[in-house]
Amino acid sequence: MSLDGKIALVTGATRGIGKAIAKELAGQGALVVGTATSEAGAESISEDLAGAATPGFGIVMNVSDPESIEAGLKAVAERAGAPHILVNNAGITRDNLLMRLKDGDWSDVIETNLASVFRLSKAVLRGMAKARWGRIINVSSVVAGMGNPGQTNYCAAKAGVEGFTRSLAKEMSNRGITANCVAPGFIDTDMTRKLDDKQRESMMEVIPAGRLGEPEEVAAVVGFLASDAAGYVTGETIHVNGGMYMG
Amino acid sequence: MSTVEERVKKIVCEQLGVKESEVQSTSSFVEDLGADSLDTVELVMALEEEFETEIPDEEAEKLASVQDAIDYIVAHT
Repeated sequence: MSLDGKIALVTGATRGIGKAIAKELAGQGALVVGTATSEAGAESISEDLAGAATPGFGIVMNVSDPESIEAGLKAVAERAGAPHILVNNAGITRDNLLMRLKDGDWSDVIETNLASVFRLSKAVLRGMAKARWGRIINVSSVVAGMGNPGQTNYCAAKAGVEGFTRSLAKEMSNRGITANCVAPGFIDTDMTRKLDDKQRESMMEVIPAGRLGEPEEVAAVVGFLASDAAGYVTGETIHVNGGMYMG
Repeated sequence: MSTVEERVKKIVCEQLGVKESEVQSTSSFVEDLGADSLDTVELVMALEEEFETEIPDEEAEKLASVQDAIDYIVAHT
């Protein structure tokens, strides 16, 4: 398989898009380590990945906490090795109109969704540079480009991730390391299941495909970007949104 | 046991992909051995690993030649 012998680290792999990404990469033969914020979450990831060709496992990591990142990466190094593939997927929302947005809502989202990408990417680069092969894939969002009322914090973080990714791509491309973003639109996850019928209806009006996306449809693009076939694709943001926004 | 000089030169060869005969103590990483900015960062990291030491960024910036690196290692390990 195409990712045989590769070690992949996927943050936020308990459910939704992260879970599908972990499954996709494991299906391609990678040893996948998935992160969760709780022991129970880490255990469920281990169960999900137990049946893979190269069984992976879950670990506890709070990506908004530098010490937790360090401890988690140590566990990855000891139990698996240096990651060849990093998927920064973990993210949170703290939605509110800017006039009501609290400092904590801003900093929580920036720390979890943007600063974590900086910390984790920096930490894995050394191993990737040595291996002369690496893939950093950041899960952005359609709203990074579009904007969205109630999400100034989230949109700032995701647009930040895209700019970060372009710079990183330029820094590391002559080491065989690519950095790209995948920007999902409305995907059928716990996050969108919370919406009521009216919100759902108005969402459908702006999605030409007329349906929500599946987590697997995002994961498939991540799987491509992780593969050798995508070695010349770097600094790019690939939209997966059923046509609602085309950058 | 190899000397510090031998070990430093070996790492320089590995990191910068140059032949041992090209590496003199006076060689400048950038001007003589063709290192780019990323090469020099990687070189410092490789030296840190080999000699089990931490080279602070402000010190690392001053290491322009093979001899600079040897002198630093000798003084700090």
